[in-house]
Amino acid sequence: MRRLTWHLVCLALLAVLLYPVLWLLSMSFKPASEIVSSLSLLPETFILSNYTEALEGSAGIGVWRFFANSLIVAGLCVAGNVVSCALAAYAFARLRFPLRGPLFAFMIATLMLPTHVVLIPQYTIFNELNMIDTFWPLVLPKFLATEAFFVFLMVQFMRNLPEELGQAARIDGCGPIRAFLHVFLPLSKPALVTTAIFSFIWTWNDFLSQLIYLNSPENYTLPLALRLFVDQTSESSYGPMFAMSVLTLLPVVLFFLAFQRLLVEGVSTSGLGGS
Amino acid sequence: MSVDVGRPREAPAAGPPAGRQRPRRRQPYGERAGFGYLFLSPWVAGALLLTVGPMAYSLYLSFTEYDLFTAPEWIGLGNYRRMFTEDDRFLTSVWVTVKYVVISTPLKLAAALAVALLLNRASRAQSFYRAAFYAPSLLGASVAVALVWRVIFDNGGPVSQVTSAFGWETGGWTTDPQYALMAIVLLAVWQFGAPMVIFLAGLKQIPSTLYDAAAVDGAGWWRTFVSVTVPMLSPVILFNLVLETINAFQAFTSAFIVSGGRGGPSDSTLFYTLYLYQRGFVDFQMGYASAMAWLLVVAIAIVTAILFRTSRSWVFYAGDGR
Repeated sequence: MRRLTWHLVCLALLAVLLYPVLWLLSMSFKPASEIVSSLSLLPETFILSNYTEALEGSAGIGVWRFFANSLIVAGLCVAGNVVSCALAAYAFARLRFPLRGPLFAFMIATLMLPTHVVLIPQYTIFNELNMIDTFWPLVLPKFLATEAFFVFLMVQFMRNLPEELGQAARIDGCGPIRAFLHVFLPLSKPALVTTAIFSFIWTWNDFLSQLIYLNSPENYTLPLALRLFVDQTSESSYGPMFAMSVLTLLPVVLFFLAFQRLLVEGVSTSGLGGS
Repeated sequence: MSVDVGRPREAPAAGPPAGRQRPRRRQPYGERAGFGYLFLSPWVAGALLLTVGPMAYSLYLSFTEYDLFTAPEWIGLGNYRRMFTEDDRFLTSVWVTVKYVVISTPLKLAAALAVALLLNRASRAQSFYRAAFYAPSLLGASVAVALVWRVIFDNGGPVSQVTSAFGWETGGWTTDPQYALMAIVLLAVWQFGAPMVIFLAGLKQIPSTLYDAAAVDGAGWWRTFVSVTVPMLSPVILFNLVLETINAFQAFTSAFIVSGGRGGPSDSTLFYTLYLYQRGFVDFQMGYASAMAWLLVVAIAIVTAILFRTSRSWVFYAGDGR
């Protein structure tokens, strides 16, 4: 009986919590006349035209273009984060060198640094390099391990790998490079996958830096396109806007469903995972 | 010792300190010092070029007038003086942000702790619920969800329908200066999943013997919560509090989308970062925006320091002997 009450309380809370998402989903299948006015999740008339209209995109550019842009940016950011953060984490966790302590402390401090303080100088740098309105400003920093969260996550993971592994690799004649490639990197796979998934989702959702660096609609990523869409939308055409929102959220939801265990464990071991 | 495959390239510029020109000694770092910097080189380059350098430059810019197209012009403390004496919108943005931080952070943490306590029991369904409650944390940062919020809290939207059913006529939250900020606060609270997962991990670390002892002593639920759970969990509470406070100061997307980029109605959702964006990237007053950014850094540093300082009196570290 107590078990049942517990489940009921949990499910009721969950229903309230997930209502906005389900609401969005149902709105995306409703004709304009039903939207907003009704609370109910089930459409009285079920239509797909919102989606066909959304796929036409905005500013004369099809939605697939925005999708592709988002994919390129997110894909490159994932690659950059995984490679550069793994390298840095291996150095911090497994190698000894002068100034390691202070540098590590600095890395931790940058976790708390608001990005706004480097935003303007970075903008001027990329402006000098003629990279405004390209993907470079969004992608290049990731290849230089600027996401301290992921360095930290991987340091935590690599530190906990047994010390004997490094010794065994050394006895077998591996230098630090081979030990990294053949021992520590393969063993760190869970941390690498967690980093990859979080990188993808955060880049996919990222708004501020894409808003600043991308100007012309053909370079827009999905969040920017969505915003453009809204500005051109009056209340009567909420439907396509919702359809596009659903399409935008879909990859995140799929990643979540596929990797929810890794994601939740990544949060509980490292403390990252906020917005 | 082995012969290493592939000679490492020269360590990058930030190599070991100079003055080590004596015949190479293995101690204290051995031949690995070079390797350390080799692996660290992307990070070092990023730290210098994209963090330290830009921080110094934005500190300099904060004392100048700069529009990106003409050279920065030194005006000393001019930007800072203008903020506090001439710029009412700046003061509004500070006030809005302080309100947001002070309201949303405790609410979010309270929700996170409450749900963590609810979920903290032996059940096979636990990991399902944990994941499901965490989901909004992944979705909530997106433009799409912020848009949903804008419509849900709009006049005639689901929220106003529900509240008016209870006799509370709010109209559209997002168009009412009195309620607009609350809609955004609720969007933050909605994403309580991440701190919840961390709380749950912390709860699992509390030894069950403590609960047994409390039960033997006849402690009720509330007593156990106050005397066992909270003290044992206090380091995790501090961690979440610091993290969420820092995050809250930097909230941007939700306010931008819900208010259509303007921070309205009547500046009631003019978040600090939103105003900084308007100044820097709409008006191209990059000097002023840099000054605002540095003030934000200082504010966050001070608030974090205060949280850590007060934590001495309420955070309990097991094995502390207190």
